[in-house]
Amino acid sequence: MKTAILDLTYLLSAVLFIFGLKRMQSPVTARTGNVLASLGMLVAVVATLFLQEILSWPMIIAGVVIGGGIGVILARTVEMTAMPELVAVFNGFGGLASALVSGAELSQHVAGTASSAFGLVPSITIALSILIGTVTFSGSIVANGKLSGWITGSPISFPGIRVLTVLLLIGAGGAMGVMIAMADAFPGLAAPMIQAAVGLGAAALLLGILLVIPIGGADMPVVVSLLNSYSGLAAATTGFVLNNTALIVSGTLVGAAGMILTVIMCDAMNRSLANVMLGGFGGGDGAAGGPDVPEGKTVNETSPDDTAILASYADKVIIVPGYGLAVAQAQHEVREMADQLEKQGVEVKYAIHPVAGRMPGHMNVLLAEANVSYEKLFELDEINSEFPTTDLAIVVGANDVVNPAAREDEDSPIYGMPILNVDEAETAVVIKRSLSPGYSGVPNDLFYADNTKMLFSDAKEAVAGITESIKEMQEA
Amino acid sequence: MLNNLIIFVLAAFVGTEILSKVPQTLHTPLMSGANAISGITIVGALVAAGMTNDPWSVWIGFGALVVATINVVGGFLVTDRMLEMFGEKKRTSSPADADAAQRTNGTPA
Repeated sequence: MKTAILDLTYLLSAVLFIFGLKRMQSPVTARTGNVLASLGMLVAVVATLFLQEILSWPMIIAGVVIGGGIGVILARTVEMTAMPELVAVFNGFGGLASALVSGAELSQHVAGTASSAFGLVPSITIALSILIGTVTFSGSIVANGKLSGWITGSPISFPGIRVLTVLLLIGAGGAMGVMIAMADAFPGLAAPMIQAAVGLGAAALLLGILLVIPIGGADMPVVVSLLNSYSGLAAATTGFVLNNTALIVSGTLVGAAGMILTVIMCDAMNRSLANVMLGGFGGGDGAAGGPDVPEGKTVNETSPDDTAILASYADKVIIVPGYGLAVAQAQHEVREMADQLEKQGVEVKYAIHPVAGRMPGHMNVLLAEANVSYEKLFELDEINSEFPTTDLAIVVGANDVVNPAAREDEDSPIYGMPILNVDEAETAVVIKRSLSPGYSGVPNDLFYADNTKMLFSDAKEAVAGITESIKEMQEA
Repeated sequence: MLNNLIIFVLAAFVGTEILSKVPQTLHTPLMSGANAISGITIVGALVAAGMTNDPWSVWIGFGALVVATINVVGGFLVTDRMLEMFGEKKRTSSPADADAAQRTNGTPA
C-alpha cells in the first residue's frame, strides 16, 4: 500500500515536471512553469521522507541544510554574466549526486541492507550510472574552469591525448566488464566488485577531464548543453538502479532538453557534434593571423561621437551583441543607448545569434537583466532579411557570428555557418578592442569593408560614450 | 527492467516534443530549470542517507544529498531569478517610461 502511494506521488511529480517544462515555451508562462516544476520536486521529497522509514533524521536535516544553504547563496549572488559557469557547476553536481547514489546502493548490497536482490541488471545499471555521473561531474568542473578563467579558454592538447582517452575508455569498459562478470558472485565475494567500481569511477573522472580540455572557449555552448544532457541521463540511469519511475522520467526529460540544445548549437555553427568534441578548433594558432591589417586592406576608424551622429540620424538601428558584451558587462549601457535612440524615434532591434555568448540564450538573459523587452530580441532567421533596410548595425563584442567569410569563402573553416548579415546594413559599426580574430581564429573581412567603421574600445566605455554624446546632441 | 526501458523511451519522445518548441530567448532558463529537475536524484540520496544503518551507504548518501540539494535549491532559485527578469518588462515598462518622461519634463530645455 505504502509503495503504491509512493509510486503515485512520484508519478504526480513527473507530471508536474512535464507541465512545468511545457510552460517554458513562452516567456509569459515560464515563471509559473518553474514554480510547478519545483512543486513537483517538493512533492517527491516530502513523499519520500514521510512514506519511507527514515532512520537517521539528523543526517537528512544536516544534508538538506548544508546543500540548501550553498544553493541559495550561489543562486542569489551569481552575476548574470557568470550564468554559464554556474549552470556548468550545477550540471556537475547533478552528475556527482547520481554517481554517489549508485555507489551507496552498491554499498547497501555489500552490507546486506538492500531491499532487492543483486544480479545482472543492477550491475549494468550501477556501472552505467557511475560512469555517466562521474564523467558529467569532472567534465562540468573543467567546463566551469574554462568559462570562469581558472583554466585557459583555448584548447589544451598534448601528444597522445587521443591514445590516453582511448586507453581510459578501454579501462572503463574493462571495469564495467568485471562488475558485470562478478554480478553472480556478489555480494558473497564483494572485493572485486568494489575495486572495479572504484576503478571505473577513477577512469570516468579522468575521461571527463580529457573530453573537455581540448575544446575551445567558443564551443562551450555545445559542451554545456551536452553536459546538461549527460546530467539528465545520469539521473535516468540512477532511476534504473533504484527502479524509480520519477527518476527515469525526469532524467530522460532533462537528457532530451540537453540533446535538443546541443543539436541547435551544432547547427548554428554548421559543425557536427563529433567535430566539436574532437576539439582543437581555433584558439592559439589563430592569434598568428593577428591584429595587423592585411595588405591592400584599410580600416575605417570611428569615434563614439561620430557613431552617435550616425545613430541619431538613422531610422532603424540593429544591435548585434556578442560575448564581448558579456565580458565588459555592458548590457545596461547598451539598453540606455537604445532608450536614448528610441526617444528620438529611432527603431531599435537586437539580433541574437544562437551561439553568441557562452551558453544557449546567454545574450537574452543579459539583455533581460538590463530590462530589454524580449519582444525586441530577434533570432537569426527573423532578422536577417532586415539588414538591407537598416541604416546602422552596431556590433558589440561579436565576431565570428558576423563574419561574411562564412557565406562567401569556401575555404574558410567557418564556411557554411549561418551568420547575421551585418555587412548588408548601410553602415556597420564594430565595437571591439582590436582587430584580433575571434575564437575560431579566422580573420574577419567585415572589419575592412567599405561600409564598416571600427570603434576600438572596451564595449562598456564605447557604448556609454555613444549614449553620452547622443544626450549632448539632444540638449544642444 | 523492460517496463523501465519502455518508460525511458516514451519519456524521451515527450521531452523532445515539448522542448523543441522552447524559443531561443528561454534557452538559458530552460537549461538551468531542467538541470534542477535532474536533481530528482535527491530522492535516491534521501533513501541512501536516511534509511539504512550501513555507515558506508549513509556517508556516501550524505554526500549525494548535499550536492543534490545544492542542485535542486540553487537550480530552481536561479531559474526563477532569470524568469522574473523576463516577465518583469511587461509590468514595469510603463512605469519606467513614465519615469523617463518625468525626468525629461523636469529638465529645463
